[in-house]
Amino acid sequence: MEKLIQMKGIVKSFGNIVANNRVDFDLREGEIHGLLGENGAGKTTLMNILYGLYSPDAGEIYIDGNRVDIKSPSDAINFGISMVHQNFKLIQSHTVVENVALGLKGTGFFFPARTVERMIREFSQKYGFKIDPHTPVWQLSAGEKQRVEIVKAFCRNAKVFILDEPTSMLTPAETRELFKLLRLLRDEGKSIVLITHKLDEVLEVCDRITVLRGGKKIKTVDIDEVNKKDLASMMFDQEISFLGRENRMRKVDKDVILEIKNISVLNDKNFLAVKDVSFDIHRGEIFGIAGVAGNGQKELVEAITGLRKVVNGNIYILGKDVTNVGPREILDKGVAHVPEERIRMGVVPSMSLEENFILRSYDKEPFSNGLFLRYDVISDYAKELISRYKISALDEKSPAITLSGGNIQKLILARELAISPVLIVASHPTQGLDIKSIQQIHELLLKQKGEGCAVLLISEDIQELLSLSDRIAVMFDGRISGIRNTDETTIEEIGMLMVGGGDRI
Amino acid sequence: MSKNIWVSLSVIVLGVLAIYLISGVRPDIIFKSIIVSAFGSIYGITETLTKSIPLMLCGIGLSAAFKSSIWNIGAEGQLLMGAVGATWIALYVMPNAPRLILLTVMFLAGAIFGALWAFVPAILKIKFNLNEIIISLMMNYIAIEIVNYLVYGPWRSPFEWGFPYSTKFPSNAQIPRFLDTRIHYPTLLLALFLAVFVHILLKRSKLGYEIKVIGENMEAAKYAGLNISRIIVVILLLSGGLAGLAGVGEVAGIHHRLRVASGISPGYGYTAIIVAWLGKLNPLLIIPVSLLFGGLLVGGDSIQVSLGLPGATINFINGLVLIFVMAQGFSNNRIFVKKGRNRV
Repeated sequence: MEKLIQMKGIVKSFGNIVANNRVDFDLREGEIHGLLGENGAGKTTLMNILYGLYSPDAGEIYIDGNRVDIKSPSDAINFGISMVHQNFKLIQSHTVVENVALGLKGTGFFFPARTVERMIREFSQKYGFKIDPHTPVWQLSAGEKQRVEIVKAFCRNAKVFILDEPTSMLTPAETRELFKLLRLLRDEGKSIVLITHKLDEVLEVCDRITVLRGGKKIKTVDIDEVNKKDLASMMFDQEISFLGRENRMRKVDKDVILEIKNISVLNDKNFLAVKDVSFDIHRGEIFGIAGVAGNGQKELVEAITGLRKVVNGNIYILGKDVTNVGPREILDKGVAHVPEERIRMGVVPSMSLEENFILRSYDKEPFSNGLFLRYDVISDYAKELISRYKISALDEKSPAITLSGGNIQKLILARELAISPVLIVASHPTQGLDIKSIQQIHELLLKQKGEGCAVLLISEDIQELLSLSDRIAVMFDGRISGIRNTDETTIEEIGMLMVGGGDRI
Repeated sequence: MSKNIWVSLSVIVLGVLAIYLISGVRPDIIFKSIIVSAFGSIYGITETLTKSIPLMLCGIGLSAAFKSSIWNIGAEGQLLMGAVGATWIALYVMPNAPRLILLTVMFLAGAIFGALWAFVPAILKIKFNLNEIIISLMMNYIAIEIVNYLVYGPWRSPFEWGFPYSTKFPSNAQIPRFLDTRIHYPTLLLALFLAVFVHILLKRSKLGYEIKVIGENMEAAKYAGLNISRIIVVILLLSGGLAGLAGVGEVAGIHHRLRVASGISPGYGYTAIIVAWLGKLNPLLIIPVSLLFGGLLVGGDSIQVSLGLPGATINFINGLVLIFVMAQGFSNNRIFVKKGRNRV
């Protein structure tokens, strides 16, 4: 097979951090190439260089054997390279059509939307992606936004598709569809780079795999030559144990911590997103909510944490009615919230770690004396949390954005657990994180459970739900399509409930 | 000093070069004229100081608002309403009060009037989600017309030969000046004190923390349960109150009467927007930046008189500075985001 793209000796550093250290990478025509590694291994940096977002400090790039200089994404697009980023690069207030049309050539000067709309509809039909071209992007769920990104890249007639963690927001069914599409494209002679840290995915769909660790290339292998264990040992310094069901503690108390009674909640479009949902969570119980993105989980979480009004029904915490009381009162009742969009909502990225640690308690003793904040106390407090939760950071004064995703999540958890919560509402707490961070966060949640805390865990990762939860509820179309004891259910059953094949309760 | 200052100084150089190309007046002469008139004589320096006072007060208030991403464009109107408040006290409420009491009450009234003027965009923003940029800007025009109405109408003095002036303030309502300059030093001292006060408020206080969170990430502010409406109101009251104080200083320290709006302020409230940005929204940095722009205003008057350049020349330079500084600020921001994103 022809070598379409060759990257030789790529070096890129940011300050003291060497993100890519003399990395070689090549991509053949008509292959799906997995780029595997932990968070921080340098996968995204390498592909951002190929996509022209960064210029390498050293190294060469060849396309079809010719040395090229990719100065910007528009150069990359001219070379036939498209990239779907992990953090969506869509304009929130524009519609799907407008976002796809942006920067797209050959749509005609007048009425470009018409051409683009046709392209989107054709694409949707061909690959079975349901998407309304005229919905503003801000109204879409994370999963739907990703579909728009994929459509957008595909509309540009690229030869090379770079997908950065494309499945991190998808359900198993959507993932299968995506993989089907990727194989189709490969068979048409396109080349695909799949950036991921999920072993199962690369084994399922890739032809070759390049493993990066700590900015260095470890090895490029054919899929037939390796198994899961080999890959894991290439990715990590030491062999790691996968979290399993045995980590679960099964003692469940009778005390009800959270009681949800027939609540209905509207979404941003003023449609009912949560329809007459009821359940309760007990002391020391992890209650999982599974479901495809956009089936009301987001609105449910926001209602429980006081960020969104309930139009019907009641919410009780420890027997007290807390319906529509606002986020501050909910917090004061001992409810911790780990939000879905951790950078957009969970932290103030430009503010220092110490300031982020007190986001929920800045106005309380000992951090505030009523008028002024006591930065000496805050600083000591931050240092203590950083060491207790093993957050890797330069110091407590550096801005939160300098942390990696896993460390930002640990920061949020450290802050939320500091209130000694009776209930933790954790929305996709491990999404997009590397295995080590995932493990640490699972351990933290299990420890809280052990201490009697109730946990509401919203996740799209069925494995995660099965390994942590005591009970799993599945949301479909705003309703709970079934609640199962984890011990008495299977992936298949949960998956069926996620697509609506369940018992309505 | 801040990088912004160097950028703006070099932009001023470019602006003057452009004026040279248009008007034919040699740049070195323009520079000399600006610098000499603003900083080259005792009189120039005192005038520069005098003009920096309202810029400082408005700029400090605006920096608090801009820090929280609340775009108060209404300092001009808030300044004018402060002037109206002070005039009302001085002429109609307690003209015979002793000086200390009268001036104190005038400053308080000015602050309250300015704050109330800023309260309108605040309440419309939190109740109806109306854009404070538009509302606060429109409120400027209303304030201008109110001042003009008052001096042409009910408050017009019978003793000023038909000029649109209010009656002259009683001497107890005049802010003392430094020797025979126009520096109304109590206002200057108040401005310096408030610069330090607001600096500490922004850096160390609970409100300063809330301002930062709201300004940097509104979603996080909602998530954390901040009382956003209350904070928006407090910030706009603070911002408007400081501009109101500047208005008191102008009528009680310089003019000793209410005049038409353009006579009270040559656009201090707008120039203060540039001052606040150049001062990186840092009240302490706003002090030297106010002096720089006070000097530019003095120099602008001078090149108009001595070189016959149009009065808008200095506005042209101000505008250029603002554009360049904003552009630089935005590009800095973008680089920051890009770096941040890259922590794979």
